[in-house]
Amino acid sequence: MNSPKKTWFAFPYILWIIGFTLIPLGLVLYYAFTGADGGFTLANVLAITEPVHLKSLWTSLKMAFLTTLICFILAYPLGLVLCSLNLKKSNFIIFLFILPMWMNFLLRTMAWQLILSTNGVLNTLLGFLHLPKVHIIYTFQAVLIGMVYDFLPFMILPIYNSLSSIGDDVVEAGKDLGAGYFTILRKIIFPLSLPGVISGITMVFVPSMTSFVISNILGGSNTLLIGNIIEQEFTYNFNWNLGSGLSFVLLVFTLISMGLMSVFDKSEGGTNKW
Amino acid sequence: MVKTWVKRLYMAFIFLLLYLPIIVLVVLSFNKSKARVTWSGFTFQWYANLFDNSRITDAFTTTLTLAFGSALAATIIGVVGAIGISAMKKRNYSIMLGATNIPMLNAEIVTALSLTLLFIRFIKLGITTVFIGHVTFGVPYVILNVLPRLRTLNKNAYEAALDLGATPLYAFFKVCWPELMPGIMSGFLMAATMSMDDFVITYFTRGPGINTISTMVYSEVKRGIQPEMYALSTLLFLLILVLLLLFNFLSGRKNSMEV
Repeated sequence: MNSPKKTWFAFPYILWIIGFTLIPLGLVLYYAFTGADGGFTLANVLAITEPVHLKSLWTSLKMAFLTTLICFILAYPLGLVLCSLNLKKSNFIIFLFILPMWMNFLLRTMAWQLILSTNGVLNTLLGFLHLPKVHIIYTFQAVLIGMVYDFLPFMILPIYNSLSSIGDDVVEAGKDLGAGYFTILRKIIFPLSLPGVISGITMVFVPSMTSFVISNILGGSNTLLIGNIIEQEFTYNFNWNLGSGLSFVLLVFTLISMGLMSVFDKSEGGTNKW
Repeated sequence: MVKTWVKRLYMAFIFLLLYLPIIVLVVLSFNKSKARVTWSGFTFQWYANLFDNSRITDAFTTTLTLAFGSALAATIIGVVGAIGISAMKKRNYSIMLGATNIPMLNAEIVTALSLTLLFIRFIKLGITTVFIGHVTFGVPYVILNVLPRLRTLNKNAYEAALDLGATPLYAFFKVCWPELMPGIMSGFLMAATMSMDDFVITYFTRGPGINTISTMVYSEVKRGIQPEMYALSTLLFLLILVLLLLFNFLSGRKNSMEV
């Protein structure tokens, strides 16, 4: 039923993409490269080199890197453990591990504020144990905890999916040939699970680099990510040109990180996120 | 090999990490004290207040209406679009796939900002603009779920139906629809879930006075959290739990029937 006429069915969708994806992105570019008077300028994009902006860009990259690293360190062993369970139980256990992800993420972040704040749950517990209070809320670490918590399921799922699709036969073959557990892990399991690891990294790195909500709630004004700066320029200072200029920089960084991932990712079909 | 108790311990650790915030919210929702975390007795008061608070009920209604409406629109545009895309030649096909991926890969804040830049030129920010925003990031989920199913669709059955005198529309709904249905359903559900969980797009594209649960929670956090929020969290968590269990149960039963 492949008739040329049928491609016309895509027409409404093409219009939608042009109207609400391409033209808006074009507007970002337009605002990024024009000044308040409408003339061409590079000032908005070059504003990233101002110390405040450069510092927040650096903080964002550091945050994204650490979030991704910690998520990976936590998720990979979990994936291995989940795969070693027997099949009947494992479906339900995996269900339990994804369940919190379905909770509204602002409510979850709010809960972390309750836990970490100066008179919060954590410090109350420490008080019971006669331990000194910790002042963690509104710091880099608090934002990092919130980010790891929010993005961990996005690392667990693809890693688990790719680990569970590794056949027992290759592992058995490794054992028969005399390999120990860690050799099998390093030489067989890890390379085969790489597509899952890569898509996990992509799904954690970009959102944690560009987020502004978690840092706003848990970081206060002390931890400004590049997303926070853009949001402030846009909603408080109404400086759309500067906001767009910095967004353009963010866009470039997103593209670079995706480009790097796709170099590593030789397998196709990265669309299957679930 | 790693010992079983180490595995169990590790699972328990991650499990605790994932559920700690939810446990805190549930416990606090029954706490009499308005002060944040000191326990001072059991109460249902916050649950009672919840239904009297029009701010919360309005946000809840808006969230659900928006999720359902935008997912429905995204499904219609997406399914029709996917049929068109599946008939395309290789080059156009990959162009369309690339364009579909833009809203999924782009940083949320950039998508939100770009839409706002468009809207403030032409329309007043309001519920319509939020709706358009939600449809925009919902459609890709539908397309990516339906396209693979369209590609594996048995074309001969459809043509056989035409040869036997069915109209194209009748043949489509009788022959193709049942095969596409699971993909369409999961596309719809993903679009609805993403809409319900969205904060960034809504925050930027909404007009004054419009709140979803996400934007309401955000402003509550800024002003100081009311205990009603804990009650809301608990109820939402229960709702999600029941829905997911039901969904798993139903799809599990269907699978076993097919086998």
